[in-house]
Amino acid sequence: MATSSGQVGTPKDAKVGGAKVGSQIGRSLPRLEGRDKVTGRAEYTHTMRLPGMLYAKIFRSTVAHGRIKSIDTSAAKRVPGVYRIITAEDIRTVIPAPYYGPAFHDQPILAVDKVHYVAEEAAQLIVAEYEELPAVFDEVEAAANNTLVHEELKPAGTFADLKHLKGRKGTNVALDFKLRRGDVDKAFAAAAHVFEHTFHTQKVLHLALEPFASIADWNERGVTIYSGSQGPSFVRTEIARLLGWPENRVRIKVPYLGGGFGAKLYIKMEALATALSMIVRRPVKVALTMEEQFYTITRHPSTFVIKTGVDASGRITARKCEVYWNGGAYADVGPRVTQKSGFTASGPYDIDNVWVDSYALYTNLPPAGALRGFGIPQLVWAYESHTDMIARALKLDPLEFRRKNLLREGRPQATGQIVRDAKLDAVLERVAERLNWGKPLARGNGALRRGRGIAVAIKAVISPTTSVANLTIAADGSTTLYCGTVDMGQGSDTAMAQIAGEVLDVPAESVRIVPRDTDVTPYDMGTLGSRSLFHMGHAVRLAAEEAREKIKAMAREVGEPEGSNIPLPDLFKKKFGMQAGNIVGTGTYKPDYVPPDPATGLTDKVTPFWMCAASGAEVEVDTETGHVRITRLITAVDCGRPVNPKIVETQISGAVLMQLGFTMFEKMHIDAGQVTNASLADYKIPAILDVPQAMENETVDSQLSTGPFGAKGVGETATFCVSPAIANAIEDACGVRLTALPLTPEAVFRALRAQANKPLADDA
Amino acid sequence: MTRTISFTLNGEQVAAEIKPHHNLVEVLQREFNLMGARESCGQGMCGCCTVLVNGAAVSGCLYLAAFVDGAEVRTVESLADARTQALSPVQEAFIEAGAFQCGYCTPGFLLMATQLLEAYPDPDEEQIRHYLSGNLCRCAAYPEIIAAVKLAARRRKANSVG
Repeated sequence: MATSSGQVGTPKDAKVGGAKVGSQIGRSLPRLEGRDKVTGRAEYTHTMRLPGMLYAKIFRSTVAHGRIKSIDTSAAKRVPGVYRIITAEDIRTVIPAPYYGPAFHDQPILAVDKVHYVAEEAAQLIVAEYEELPAVFDEVEAAANNTLVHEELKPAGTFADLKHLKGRKGTNVALDFKLRRGDVDKAFAAAAHVFEHTFHTQKVLHLALEPFASIADWNERGVTIYSGSQGPSFVRTEIARLLGWPENRVRIKVPYLGGGFGAKLYIKMEALATALSMIVRRPVKVALTMEEQFYTITRHPSTFVIKTGVDASGRITARKCEVYWNGGAYADVGPRVTQKSGFTASGPYDIDNVWVDSYALYTNLPPAGALRGFGIPQLVWAYESHTDMIARALKLDPLEFRRKNLLREGRPQATGQIVRDAKLDAVLERVAERLNWGKPLARGNGALRRGRGIAVAIKAVISPTTSVANLTIAADGSTTLYCGTVDMGQGSDTAMAQIAGEVLDVPAESVRIVPRDTDVTPYDMGTLGSRSLFHMGHAVRLAAEEAREKIKAMAREVGEPEGSNIPLPDLFKKKFGMQAGNIVGTGTYKPDYVPPDPATGLTDKVTPFWMCAASGAEVEVDTETGHVRITRLITAVDCGRPVNPKIVETQISGAVLMQLGFTMFEKMHIDAGQVTNASLADYKIPAILDVPQAMENETVDSQLSTGPFGAKGVGETATFCVSPAIANAIEDACGVRLTALPLTPEAVFRALRAQANKPLADDA
Repeated sequence: MTRTISFTLNGEQVAAEIKPHHNLVEVLQREFNLMGARESCGQGMCGCCTVLVNGAAVSGCLYLAAFVDGAEVRTVESLADARTQALSPVQEAFIEAGAFQCGYCTPGFLLMATQLLEAYPDPDEEQIRHYLSGNLCRCAAYPEIIAAVKLAARRRKANSVG
């Protein structure tokens, strides 16, 4: 295959290397790494080995909150094959201040003095004694601050708006985000109707099939870390800080990720692997088991108290949102989730009076971070269930009620930013149309009752974040792209190659993407929050545009006429006299952002783009068993212009199905801080038989005017509306309203019994 | 206490020194550098470690290496043509249909799909779902996997006719 065929001023419709050039955007190109993945050759950290490498095993706490009285390692030391037992004391000899975290420096590499949550595994011969302390597990109880998880808060300084929490004592609140718009109290007093409901979400986890793994290889000159990380740049910065080294002595290499979903962000096993390698002076691998993943990072459970005022015409006049986020023992990125999701806690509606209080809380549970939605799925679950309950109470059609209140183009969102390029109406209308909303639905008979539900949502993509990309063109004309976006399955390598190819008029499959290695790939904030296609996409576009301009300049320099079609290899030869030299382009992208006013949470530049989704569900409820069968599940998203429609389709259906698991059955059961179902035998995730027979997904016609070639991110969008659409359909089918996830047959059955005035004994 | 086992691995006669507690995935990775079968759940629930032993799928993370003594073992690495490296119809179909995202579970699905098509060359959707119900994909590329199996079935049929 010709890999070198970029030409100066190639006409848009010319054929190069077998592909139509100038048409890379919108191609359903199969993933570039496909062959590696179907031959079993793709490399993952979990299966990597280095010569002389030692394997680490973690001894974990058995109590949720306690002081460590003693640790006896003598029996474990005697086991043949044990190289060394390392405790927090040893870690402190190489890293005196062994605390890390993106928002707070609250997480020790190994527990120091005190344990903050439970986790027990292997290293079974180590014996630890604890003085148990009272523990707090519930997010609302944690807000009362009667039991403290941390004596003192230690904001990391990474985020300016956490500085006021520095040194604060006597609280479990790691962040309180406020938004104040208009006057909710006055509006409630004037409203024709006021509704208040409380919703809960459960603790679930990412459960990437490749569990966490990091390998560190340290020596005095530098450390190389191989890690399944979604954010190698952050890992580099944080490890450099822990070691007191400049960043250029820390190298992070990222092989393929066996799933991420937000789990593999920030520091996970990297700091421990580094400390161990420093102590034993050999490469050390820390690779977790599936069970240990349940104790590493999870999705926030939440409690959301939502209150809405509606006027006589059915207009929403006020909405008050109190959200409690159960962040577990270490903040991880919870404060970001709390704030960034707080911007849209009042939903995709045009409401003059909005009050949001969003609290990030410490509890003695395994930590919580971002999971495919940055808090949005928890919020949508509540506000779209609530919206439906209001419509039903007012005997308004749920679709009409939403239409009447929907946030329209050009109107201010709750933060004050004017909404542009957000196809809320289109996603809602497409789902309604596919559901045949205006037409009657066969309601079923006997014990089987059928119903349908709809939900719509918005997300402000997190901001401000930075991406940098470099691109080189070799003297044979071939293109190499260096960018830190981690392809964890979402297809970013293919999409970035398409963007570079579009600018340079070369087929995307001819663009080489350099695997993530912080020695060569430049800075990127992280592969998270559906930000990469927009931010890194722009950086790649800019890098390619710079290279293109340099090509033109080189052509002028060697005397080519304007618009010359000289093939690149000939151009380089003309310039350097032989196949020599490089053209290097670089691009940096950071969108405009104005931080929210600390008192009101208002800003007119909160996000570079809005993500919009709607889902609709048709269900059949067996009222004798509580079993819910999803007969149709429809999702429409606004992702701008799809760069690769096939990959977008897979992202949408993958997100819908993941959220379907969180909606219908996934739940971490916890007893005294212990996860009692920490295995795939006891924690069920969606399998092929859980895929609804009729799942319909689509992207609406859209173009983000500020996006790279019109594109927006899409990784999370399709998760937003699945849960409330199904709960709304269940109420439509059988009249019961569930306010807590998951929507298990047991929960439906209990609600049906309560509705029939025959509650089960333990509900009575 | 070690012992030597010998078996056929992807068509080649091989031997390995093993301990009684070693599982098949460990031995394939450590002794033969075959990383396609990989451990995930460690309980035989997810299918990431699927290996064919005497033509039948086993969970390599639970299957003791000692049991393959004298057996015929096939891994995902055997699916492409050994000489030409041409991909099998199932592998090609997985790429074309976009039947994976992160790829960690893909070898297991490929082996099961291959076994399915050998047993039932023209499966309907119910058969595909049933047959693959023991393999988990957290990226949930299930609709695309079903499409890929159907595509591979059509290709195999066309190839055998042609």
